[in-house]
Amino acid sequence: MFKIDRRLIQNFDWVTFATVIVISLIGIMTVFSATRQPGQAAQSPLFIKQAMWLLVGLVGLIAFMSFDYIWLSRISIPVYITGLVFLLIVLIAGKTGMGAQRWISLGPIAFQPSEFFKLIFIIMLSQYLSLLRGGIGMLQLLRTFFIIAFIPFILLVKQPDLGTAIVVFIIFFSMLLAKGLQRKALVLIVILGLVSLPFLGNIMWTGLKDYQKNRLIAFVDPEADPSGIGYHINQSKIAVGSGEVLGKGFLKGTQGPFRFLPERHTDFIFAVFAEEWGFAGSVVLLMLYLLLIMRGLDTVRKAKDEFGMMLAAGITIMFSVYFFVNIGMTLGIMPVVGIPLPFMSYGGTALLSNFISAGVLINVRTRRFTLFY
Amino acid sequence: MSSENKSSNRILIMGYLLIAGFAIILIRLWQLQVLQGSAFRKISESNRLRVIGVPAPRGIIFDRNGIPLVKNVPYFCASVIPAEFTGGTLSSLGRLLNVPEEELESKMRKTQQSPFTPVRLREGLSLKEVSYIEARRSDFPGLMIEIEVSRGYLYGETSGHLVGYLGKMTPRQSQDPEFKGVPPNAFVGQWGVERLFDKTLRGTAGQRVIEVDALGREIRLLLEKPPVKGEDISLSIDIALQAAAEKAFQGRPGALVALKPDTGEILGYVSSPSFDPNKFAKGIGADEWEALSQDKNLPMLNRAIQSQYPPGSTFKIIMAIAGLEEGVISDSSKVDCRGGISFGKWHFGCWRKTGHHVISLHRALVESCDVYFYDVGRQLGIDRIYSYATKFGLGSKTGIPLGVEKKGLIPSTKWKMETKKTPWFLGETFVNSIGQGYVSTTPAQMAVMMSSVANGGKVYKPSILKGAKPELLIDAGVKPETIEKVKDALKGVVNEPGGTAGVAKSAVTTIGGKTGTAQVVGIRKESKFLSEKFRDHAWFVAFAPVEEPQVAMSVLVEHGGHGGTAAAPIAKKAIEAYMLPVEKKREQAYVQD
Repeated sequence: MFKIDRRLIQNFDWVTFATVIVISLIGIMTVFSATRQPGQAAQSPLFIKQAMWLLVGLVGLIAFMSFDYIWLSRISIPVYITGLVFLLIVLIAGKTGMGAQRWISLGPIAFQPSEFFKLIFIIMLSQYLSLLRGGIGMLQLLRTFFIIAFIPFILLVKQPDLGTAIVVFIIFFSMLLAKGLQRKALVLIVILGLVSLPFLGNIMWTGLKDYQKNRLIAFVDPEADPSGIGYHINQSKIAVGSGEVLGKGFLKGTQGPFRFLPERHTDFIFAVFAEEWGFAGSVVLLMLYLLLIMRGLDTVRKAKDEFGMMLAAGITIMFSVYFFVNIGMTLGIMPVVGIPLPFMSYGGTALLSNFISAGVLINVRTRRFTLFY
Repeated sequence: MSSENKSSNRILIMGYLLIAGFAIILIRLWQLQVLQGSAFRKISESNRLRVIGVPAPRGIIFDRNGIPLVKNVPYFCASVIPAEFTGGTLSSLGRLLNVPEEELESKMRKTQQSPFTPVRLREGLSLKEVSYIEARRSDFPGLMIEIEVSRGYLYGETSGHLVGYLGKMTPRQSQDPEFKGVPPNAFVGQWGVERLFDKTLRGTAGQRVIEVDALGREIRLLLEKPPVKGEDISLSIDIALQAAAEKAFQGRPGALVALKPDTGEILGYVSSPSFDPNKFAKGIGADEWEALSQDKNLPMLNRAIQSQYPPGSTFKIIMAIAGLEEGVISDSSKVDCRGGISFGKWHFGCWRKTGHHVISLHRALVESCDVYFYDVGRQLGIDRIYSYATKFGLGSKTGIPLGVEKKGLIPSTKWKMETKKTPWFLGETFVNSIGQGYVSTTPAQMAVMMSSVANGGKVYKPSILKGAKPELLIDAGVKPETIEKVKDALKGVVNEPGGTAGVAKSAVTTIGGKTGTAQVVGIRKESKFLSEKFRDHAWFVAFAPVEEPQVAMSVLVEHGGHGGTAAAPIAKKAIEAYMLPVEKKREQAYVQD
């Protein structure tokens, strides 16, 4: 299984590999700029930590592309159950951060199981869907939902990790769409969705925490609460906009280091980047993400079997959702949902999980030929 | 269509959706960065948030009758935000603030914080200076006036050692968890009650986050967390007594401690000469501090608990109680005083050279006959004297929390063997019997002793807060008749003909007490023109009213001469001030304010 084949090197997906590394390096650079402390001798060590996590991530990536991905289908059920158990542990004994429990401490290390759970969920769903033949009907859809998606969805909402819950939900339906829904089922979903929207919306709204409600209000009207969450959006827009065409220059941004911008090295890292590199730099960065995502779609097309196809689709969809929601929120065209920008935002668990996901993606593409062995 | 084609169709659709999404993002970026870019650039440049600490008003300190002893006053400081200081030059700023340019430069260079954190350039500005600076502020972007809360001490020197003063946190204090959450520039209690109850009085500082323009003008309030005022406290002090006592000292070095006999509450606490705490609250200058610490009268010395003096004849109260309790004397036993007695080759004189002739205990206390108490001492022996002195709180710390306290000394044979390695001599008993020799006490200890005699033999820990629960330290366990006999004699000291403290006789109340004259040098000199530093210390311990004591006190005047003439009048004034009706005291306080 760990045999190094010449064809393995030949077919290795260098494009995806290079893209995620370049984006991560830009990320480390931006973390440095965002967390620098002007006028102080001591500098924040966060960018060094992020660089170390990048090395860990690389190991993870290589590990997850070194064996045939078909193995993942064989261990999908036990891994999925383990993932659920971890989510449950977080709910019961997790550390609270930013008003939500997302962390588990293992000795000195704290990690967020929900970061890894997304990939586990994709593997499980890919395995399940790859066994189905033909388009998915209404009954099949409901069965899939209750078997695979319902429990984790409840656990994530309970944490509450609304961001991940939404992402998991979107991944679920997107993967079903990628698999192919029967027209009747599709139409039914749309109609049911439209009918129940006000009703569901009401339930959702009353179920939201205050800070979540504030985020939605702030999205609709940022001036309503300029010192609260609307303040984040305003400051983010100011940071991005003030970059103008060519940017203020590396380490010349003021919004981040002078703390006008909250979450400057995590969720709002794109704002720091856009302030310093302007429209020109932002377009280059966006093109890197576009390349990563388009390459992922191409992998979906080229995958040798159903499981590989679903796997590639799930991961590509996950990257896309994160990317669009994060950038959209930074630019003030989406509500603030606390989710990071893949490969850029500071955060070890997320970086490692993204690198592992990229490893699986590369794995599928590298072993795309049926007669590999 | 084959399923192969279907799936590649779906992938194609997803691709189009993604490209559409990218297009939306690009358009939005174009809108923000290119179309509105210059507007946002301007906002980011004028985007200045400022976090202003709002100091919490301190709790007010009241006396036992609700008379305030302090008030909160604003303390103005001039600061500058380095990042915004682009307008004027340092030399013109120096002229405005009346600070040398080099000092400004070093202050601005020394700062280790973000360039948006204000740097203090000058503190303790007067209102006139504030308005002068305010009027010229537009020429100096980044310059601002910050306000802290400081104190005005309404009674000035009267309350110096008692109430204490505020000062800036020392580097050591800023590391102390006790001061957690206190802003670095805030004033904290550094002396006296202000220090003792700092945590209670302090309150919690608030915060204002404001948005300001490039000139530092407030544009809008983003967040406000109001400060929480510190708790008020009521001291057990009676400021009328305190003020009268302080005044009566007329700046002579000495101390007065007055207690409420039935609870141990401190009614008055004077250490003279004092200092004006207002000087500290304004930020004391180096020269003023120099003057205070170099003053030969040591105004910073807390004499009431930190200076030890031989108790002199006031110690005869203990001797009388010990003698009666041990049965070595009775009120009928008499001694013939011929102006002194001889013991071996030594001669021990009575202060009255001509002698008191045949004298009983009552008159021996009233006239303070030394020979009588030499005889009591001879019969008791030093160790029984030690036992009674310590039962009334002498020889150990009283527990007054206003500074580092001295514990005085009550000698015994054991003590002498341990420290001097020689046995006790009977001659030393004679000397110690009249409160001379090794024996030494602080004014606070003598007040505790007087107070416990007045209340029938109970030693309470002196407390500084009004209504504090009395803490009984020792019950001397002496017979009520003994106490009554002694108190009656002490009444005679003030009120009978020939009493040594006749000057303290009051028309307002019956005062009882005992004078004491503590020798400074070994040989007693009979000259009235003795240079001041060789003159004896004057003591007077007193309580009133004799029938039902409400106040007990000790007064010491350093080098004051005779206790009856120097110390007794101070006690009389303090007691009479205390006896005034409360309404009258409040009226006086109002006039003073």
